[in-house]
Amino acid sequence: MQRTVSFTLNGKPTRVTTDPDRPLLWVLRSDLGLTGTKFGCGEGLCGACTVIVDKDAVRSCSTALKDVEGKQVTTIEGLGDEERLHPIQQAFLKHNAFQCGFCTPGMILSAYALLLKNPNPTHDQIVQAMDDNLCRCGSHVRVIAAIGDAAGSMKGAAK
Amino acid sequence: MNRDDLTTSRREFLGLASGLLIIFPVQAQEPTRLPSGRSGGYPSDFNAYLHIAPDNTVTGYAGKVELGQGSTTALAQLLAEELDASFDAVKMVMGDTDVCPWDMGTFGSLTIRQFGPVFRGAAAEARAVLLAMASERLGAPVESLTVKDGVVSNGNGKTVTYGQLVEGKRIERHLANVPVKPVSSYKVVGTSPARRDAVAKVTGQGKYAADILLPGMLHARILRPPAHGATLKEADTSAAGKIDGVRVVREGDIVAVLHKHRDIADSALALVRAKWDTPQPTVDDRSIYDHLLKVSPPPRVVAENGNLDAGDKLASEIIEHTYYNAYVAHSPIETHSATARVEGGKATVWAGTQTPFPLQQQIAQALHFSPENVRVITPYVGGGFGGKSASRQAVEAAVLSKITGTPVQVVFSRAEEFFYDTFRPAAVVKVRAGLTPKGQMVLWSFDVWGAGDREAKQFYDIPNERTRSSGSWGGGNPPGLHPFAVGPWRAPSVNTNTFARESHIDIAAAKAGVDPVEFRMKHLSDKRMRGVLEAAAARFGWKPASGPSGRGIGVACGIYASTYVATMAQLNVDKATGHVRVERVVTAQDEGVIVSREGTLQQIEGCITMGLGYALTEGVHFRGGEVLERNFDTYELPRFSWLPKIEVVLVENPEVEAKGCGEPPIITMGAVIANAIFDATGKRLFELPMTPERIKAALG
Repeated sequence: MQRTVSFTLNGKPTRVTTDPDRPLLWVLRSDLGLTGTKFGCGEGLCGACTVIVDKDAVRSCSTALKDVEGKQVTTIEGLGDEERLHPIQQAFLKHNAFQCGFCTPGMILSAYALLLKNPNPTHDQIVQAMDDNLCRCGSHVRVIAAIGDAAGSMKGAAK
Repeated sequence: MNRDDLTTSRREFLGLASGLLIIFPVQAQEPTRLPSGRSGGYPSDFNAYLHIAPDNTVTGYAGKVELGQGSTTALAQLLAEELDASFDAVKMVMGDTDVCPWDMGTFGSLTIRQFGPVFRGAAAEARAVLLAMASERLGAPVESLTVKDGVVSNGNGKTVTYGQLVEGKRIERHLANVPVKPVSSYKVVGTSPARRDAVAKVTGQGKYAADILLPGMLHARILRPPAHGATLKEADTSAAGKIDGVRVVREGDIVAVLHKHRDIADSALALVRAKWDTPQPTVDDRSIYDHLLKVSPPPRVVAENGNLDAGDKLASEIIEHTYYNAYVAHSPIETHSATARVEGGKATVWAGTQTPFPLQQQIAQALHFSPENVRVITPYVGGGFGGKSASRQAVEAAVLSKITGTPVQVVFSRAEEFFYDTFRPAAVVKVRAGLTPKGQMVLWSFDVWGAGDREAKQFYDIPNERTRSSGSWGGGNPPGLHPFAVGPWRAPSVNTNTFARESHIDIAAAKAGVDPVEFRMKHLSDKRMRGVLEAAAARFGWKPASGPSGRGIGVACGIYASTYVATMAQLNVDKATGHVRVERVVTAQDEGVIVSREGTLQQIEGCITMGLGYALTEGVHFRGGEVLERNFDTYELPRFSWLPKIEVVLVENPEVEAKGCGEPPIITMGAVIANAIFDATGKRLFELPMTPERIKAALG
């Protein structure tokens, strides 16, 4: 049951012909070679596979390809690169808000979705928004600080 | 020239080069270095650890791996410091068996403590040789030369760079007994430069083993037993084999389905029908403690001073309790992953592993290859904590690549990750202590089963003491002691031993009616321990009172591999639900010379956060060899909403060589929370994890 699914991936029109029920995670990693989106649990319990669909953070391991038909998908590769880091990436870098780095793309994209909706989150709102993203190294305090910092610099940039 | 060609030419070069002297010209960078020591010690030639390019950039080589602990950055600091090279000009290559010096593995906080001196020594010798070469080049005595950022000056405006002296070649001159720098002259060590892995990790460009995608590569899913000890009776792979593009491998013990897309391999595995002979479970997570006491060999003495009978006679009060802790999983967010390519009699395996060199041997054995034909490359590792010391996924990937003749990737599912984890062992500790009427401890008997003897010996001034241990995380256990594999878990043995010791000390303090910090101080002459305890108390604002004070504050201290830690915590207990909310944690640590302040802070914060898990929620449920944990819905890791306010005090101690910092602060987390719960409620928890159910039960 192959069919072609069209969506926008990191700003570029993208068409994938495959079984549309396949998880978005593996289409991204395996078919499209975008390995910044990580597999951690396969059941939407850890957040390592988080991507942005339109403006929401979703778990790509539990999202079927067909569900992003016609939508805007952003992965970590689309947020910024070495030459042009996104303010959230800059803030993670500044605060060393990672250790092993495996959960980091998911953390950054969850933070991105939060700041899209709420440019000025309180500490408690950050904690609430990030609570389902797991980090085993224990970089949590730095992630919270980085998100607060990024919120400030993004607001500054918008003015 | 790809990397493999380069390796071959390097080997040929080395074969030819043996016996030749002076500087040997070669094209590529890596071949200038000597072969790694093979399974038995660090090579003595400093060329094995560093290479200087004509543009004055320095490459450091280490068999250690980057698990997130920041060692890429800390080792670059050590190298830049001893060599007087610019930190920005130093890069590190780590965990690649073809180009890095042999190493046993990255565990036990050994990178800085044990490998660090070797690495510094190599750099110091290289620097001395370079200065001798510069002295000849500049026509000036060595004593008159100064070095900054890899540029040697004679003081009269004449300079030469390391790169110009070496010209990209191997340095053949050697000097014996070159001293390393005194701590007082450190410029790079002790600062906090930006992490070397930062940009790669925040952009998603950093490669982990599963991110190595090779042409023609297949993702393998392997049929797993329902329980350890189960044997396969029959397997029907016909339905799986009908899926377009699926390859089925049945060879020896292996039943595997492979496909170019991981999710389709998952679907194929779900169609495999298998029948197993599963042994009747004889032990589970409730009966395990009796089982350990029954099956373990008699404990052997680890430490003994004075005489227990004499202590008994002196004591007016005997305090005796038994402590328990469950099996605990490592649960790195990156499951065990490997990508293997076996072709032309050679294997290249990219593995998420803590032990690339031992793994090279295991893969060679499994493939019937000579180890020289196996190359293990360690990309970034997505967390280890001891759990990636075992790397069966890499052996499986290599074997399947050999069988199929195509590159193969094996990435454990979360259920496989739990099933094959080498858990922190369940353990029982029996402690008996005696107090005089004046509140002096005169007796200490400590027997541990299961956890291992590391740091089991107590460090208080108690005249009559004995410590015994039976069984370990490290092997040598009688068959059937543990129903599955156990292994090193961040600070192996020491979380268990510290929980029992520091809980018991707290009970003794309360019995004596003395403030728990004052009680500890009264029994401590070790200056480093007194130092961290005082530092923690000062930052915490510890106000003495005998427990339970109702304030919900606790203290615990410990030693791990010569790093000293004291931790204090404040928490609230919801008496209706048994839920604990840790509000604040203060940790003071003395790790000797501090290599990277920022790196140390990250490790301490990480330990405190991770330690909340084994203290409060983490315990593996099982029935015989069946691991009931399959994912994070039943096995709860610490989350953002659990976070206490974390404060760290780094106790400066330049008189002690740099020790490890990635494990010590986790050891106090069980006891500090148990002691604070006691302080809040007057109830003592004797079993980890201290789940809400257990706390409610204790509160009655």
